[in-house]
This record gives sequence, structure tokens and C-alpha cells, in this order.
Amino acid sequence: MLSAGIDIGSRSIECAVLENGKIRETRKADTGFDPAGQAKQLIKGLEFDVILATGYGRNLFEIEHDAPTITEIKAHARGAFYFFPGILTVLDIGGQDSKVMKLSESGKVIKFEMNDRCAAGTGKFLEIMAKTLGFTIENFGNAAGAAKKDLKISSMCTVFAESEVTSLVAKGENTKEIARGLHTAVVKRAVSMLNRVSPEGPVVFTGGVANNPFIIDLLSQISKREIFVPDKPEMNGAVGAALLAMEN
Amino acid sequence: MKQDLFKKLQQITDQNIADIEDHKKSGNHAIGFYCLYAPTELAAAADAIPLPLCGTRQDPIEVAEQTLPRNLCPLIKSSFGFAAAGTCPFFSFSDMIVADTTCDGKKKMFEIMSDIKPVHVLQLPQQQNFDLFLDSWKNEIENLKTVIENMTGKKITNEKISGAIRLLNLERKAKKRLMDVTKAKPSPLTGMELLTILFKTGFFADKQKGIDLMNEIADVCNALADKGESPFHTNTPRILLTGVPTGVGSDKVVKILEESGANVVAFENCSGYKQAFQVDETKDPVLALAEQYLAIPCSVMSPNQGRFDLLEEMIREFSVDGVVDLTWQACHTYNVEAYKIQDFVNERFNLPYLHIETDYSESDTEQLRVRIEAFLEMI
Repeated sequence: MLSAGIDIGSRSIECAVLENGKIRETRKADTGFDPAGQAKQLIKGLEFDVILATGYGRNLFEIEHDAPTITEIKAHARGAFYFFPGILTVLDIGGQDSKVMKLSESGKVIKFEMNDRCAAGTGKFLEIMAKTLGFTIENFGNAAGAAKKDLKISSMCTVFAESEVTSLVAKGENTKEIARGLHTAVVKRAVSMLNRVSPEGPVVFTGGVANNPFIIDLLSQISKREIFVPDKPEMNGAVGAALLAMEN
Repeated sequence: MKQDLFKKLQQITDQNIADIEDHKKSGNHAIGFYCLYAPTELAAAADAIPLPLCGTRQDPIEVAEQTLPRNLCPLIKSSFGFAAAGTCPFFSFSDMIVADTTCDGKKKMFEIMSDIKPVHVLQLPQQQNFDLFLDSWKNEIENLKTVIENMTGKKITNEKISGAIRLLNLERKAKKRLMDVTKAKPSPLTGMELLTILFKTGFFADKQKGIDLMNEIADVCNALADKGESPFHTNTPRILLTGVPTGVGSDKVVKILEESGANVVAFENCSGYKQAFQVDETKDPVLALAEQYLAIPCSVMSPNQGRFDLLEEMIREFSVDGVVDLTWQACHTYNVEAYKIQDFVNERFNLPYLHIETDYSESDTEQLRVRIEAFLEMI
């Protein structure tokens, strides 16, 4: 059986096809301003028997393709449990949201928390900060990792943090140290959410931000917990959706 | 059959403004009330209409923010905005406003509101220790009585208060009967319907009309429930909403819950089941009022054991599958209390719990939808 999952997020769309529960193909595109159109493009020519949608654009997809939907919370939990069976805590930092899920021994979500409204401490936040400091998002983590010390950043609101960073740059501070401070701030925020929802045990870290190796390092240092990251962590939601499509 | 009742509700709502005008033309008064802690019996005892005031809509907030801080509770901003813009007919009808000290934001806002209309502020104790605070609270009620007497020119006798207690007990009894119809599984009413009925009947000037209508709706709904007629199934998730008050206009969480396939069967808040009490008709009436009103379990009380007791009773009686705890932005007492409520719901009942902090605006609707759907997926 071929089951597909499509995760229509705020920044990117991921699609995964599983053949009898094994990953056969993954695809990715930017969401842009036309999520429905982009999603349609992405699944063009794709073979599958069932498909299930998750992410912000799930309802658009549901209407156009008559597909069932689930929330990204359930999708990420299912994906993380697939890659790391028995895991009880999942942290997902995506484009616009960060969330923590606590799972039962059978992988069911029993508690979760999600940031509200703004993109504080998410992928979008890091993107904007990288740009402000003149780094690409791909080398932002490495630049931060190369700094010897943190420059403390107090603000997590994207707009306020941008002003704070601009003032530090104007004072002639080292941009790598500022970058490191920003990474630390993001991780501290994630750890406090993590500890509130599920205070102990190893963590599966998913979402696009989990591609940043320095964030992973900081996360394990600051949380003092074991961190597992799946291959292509941004695919986790789509894989979870594909699994749920099969199990439905 | 339910449709006819909603038509009737609308007719009485339309007639209501005329009823208040008539009442006022005949030389009587109207008194506006903001909070459940204010004993409306004292208004009724002076032949004045106790009117709840508007404060559950987003539109007057813009006006309010010209005066009040932006990061304040939407309920306070909405209430003030209605008053400042003159768009709440019930505020306009009121000869005076009875206010309260249930939170710092409200209490300071009332200082500004008193430039618009006479405002009497009840100084509410913040602990339900009767030995320490019942006397001072009883004093507050006596003071309010004098203020109302002076304003209306009518003597409020103990007999008059007792009569008002009997009338408002009947109203609360009818309200409880109505709220209890959703105990049926599946429930004959949607949460939005129940909320609309409670909200609209709350504004009725003619208490008897409201009592009769609520009893009639309860009869019809109970008959529907007996026949198993319902917009839901027996496996529809049954949700209890706790936390801050909700009304028409501040109902987005109820709407999203029901759009996502749940039924909000119980409202444990001061626009809902916190009103399901009876004042003792056998005691000295002022003392009975003081005791019963002080016992209301608002999060301003510290500690607030009453809310846990009420939740326990309601979770069992309404056989709920999950609890949603709603906090309006900047309502610190409910926001902080959420921590203990979550533990209580998770540990004692092993039920899913969701805490939501939001305001009246639509800006976070889609984020809320994700969380609410994920919460329902847990059930």
C-alpha cells in the first residue's frame, strides 16, 4: 500500500510517500503565497493510494482533494514515534510555531503546548535575524558556533529582537557573538516549554530548525537531555501524516 | 420546535428595550452591574431593574484603547469602550453603575469610568474566610443598600429584600434547569445555543418573562433529550469550559470547539454555572446575601477551593470528556490558577486539558484551531 502525507506549513510544504510503512519518496517546496497551488504542484505525478493532510494549509487541501486531515501536533508525534519508537517527548520547531508534545507509552499525545500568535523563537525568527546580521540561514548556525561567547539577547519578539540586534551591531559588537546569543535565546525558550510539558527523558527534535547543528548542541547542553534528530527532520510531519493515512 | 423558541427569544429581546423604556418612564430606575459578586437583589428591592452591562464584543475596544493600555484584558477594554462610545443601551439606561474590585485593571478603570456615570465600587474581600471578612463584606452590602436608597428615593426594607431574593432565586433556579438540559447524552442543545440563550435572557428587564422562557426552553429540550433528538451523537466529545466569562461576541473558543466536532456542554464560569446558586430564604436577608455572594469562587479569591469543588461536581454530572480553561489576555488570576487547574483535571480525572489565553480579536483563530483540534484528537 502506498500512503502519502502532506504537511502544508507556513514556510514550506513537505510530502512523503510510504510503501507499506517504509519511506519511498519525499518532496519539498516553498509555501509562498499560494499554498493550495503549490501543494497541487508538489503532488503532481505522485503515486499513492491514500493521502492525509496536516499543517496550516490542511483545510485548503481537504476541500480541494477531499482528503482527511489531522493537526501537525498529532502528525509530528506520530512521525517522531516512527523514527524513535518509545520516545515520550517531542520538540518541533517549524517556520512559524514551536511545540512540545508529551506522549504516552503507546505514542498517543497526552499533553502539548504551542507558542501563541507570534513567531518568537521559531524558524522565521532565525531567518530574519540571520538576514539582519548578513548570514545565510544555512551558515547561521556555524557562524554562531564559531563564537567564543554569547552576547545576551533579552527580546524574543522578532521585531524587538531586530531592534536589539541592530543596536548591538551599531555598537560594533561581533556579529558571530550576537548570532550565538540569538541561538541561545531560542534554545532557552524551547527548553522552558519542554520542561513545562515533559520535564525529563530524551527528546526527539523535529522541524526545519532541527537542521541547524548548533541549535542541537545548545539544546542538549542547556536541557541536559539526550536529543535525537531524524534524518530530514523537516519531513517528520509529512511522514507522520502518511503513517496516519495508512492507519486510518 | 427549538426554532420557535429561538424566534420567541428574539421577539422578547426586541421587546426588551421598550420594556426598559416604559419602566423608566413610570419613574423607576435601572442599575447597571458588571460582576456576579454584586447582589442584584438590592436593585430589585428598590423597584430598579438590575441590568448586566455590555462587555463581550471586540468593536468598542478601539475607542477604549484611546484611554486604556493596549495590553489590558479585553473584557475591561470592551466594557469601558461601550461606556465611552455610548453604544451600550443598557449602560445608557443605567442611573448608576455597581462595580467591584475583582481585579486591579477593573478597579482602576472604574475610576476613569466614574467621569461618565456615577459608579459605586464594592470593596470585595479576597478570601472566603467568613470569620475574618464576612462582617466587612456585609457592611459593603449595607452601604450599597443606602446608596441605592438615596438614588432611587425608595426605602429598601428587609421584606423587600426577601421578596427580591425569592424572585432572583426563581431566576437562578430556571437558569440552572436550563443549563442542566445538556447533562443528557447526547445533549439537545449546542454550546453556542446555550450561551446565546443565557446571554440574551440575562438582559431581560422583566424577570418573569426570562424565567418563563428559560423554563419553557428547558421543558422542550428535556422532551427532545428523552426522544434522543440532538445535533450530536453519543460519542461526540463533551467539553466543559472553565475560566473567564464568555458571551455573544467573545465566543470564538466555543465556536471553534463546536466547528471541530465537539459539544460544549458545560460553562463553569460566572456567565454560566457559577450563577446556579440559591440564597438562603430563611436567614436575615442581608446576611444571607453576604454569605452567598462571598462564596462565589472567582479566581480573585485566594485560595479558591470553591472552583475546584464546582469543577469536580460538574465534570462528574455533565460526564465531560475534556476541559478547556479560557483566560482573557492579562487576567493574571485565572492565568496563574490554570497551573493548578491543569493538575487537578489531569491527576484527579485523567482527562485532557487545554489552557487558552486569548482576547476577543480574530487574529489567532487559525492557531487556536490547531490547538483545539489537537486537543480533541487527544480524546
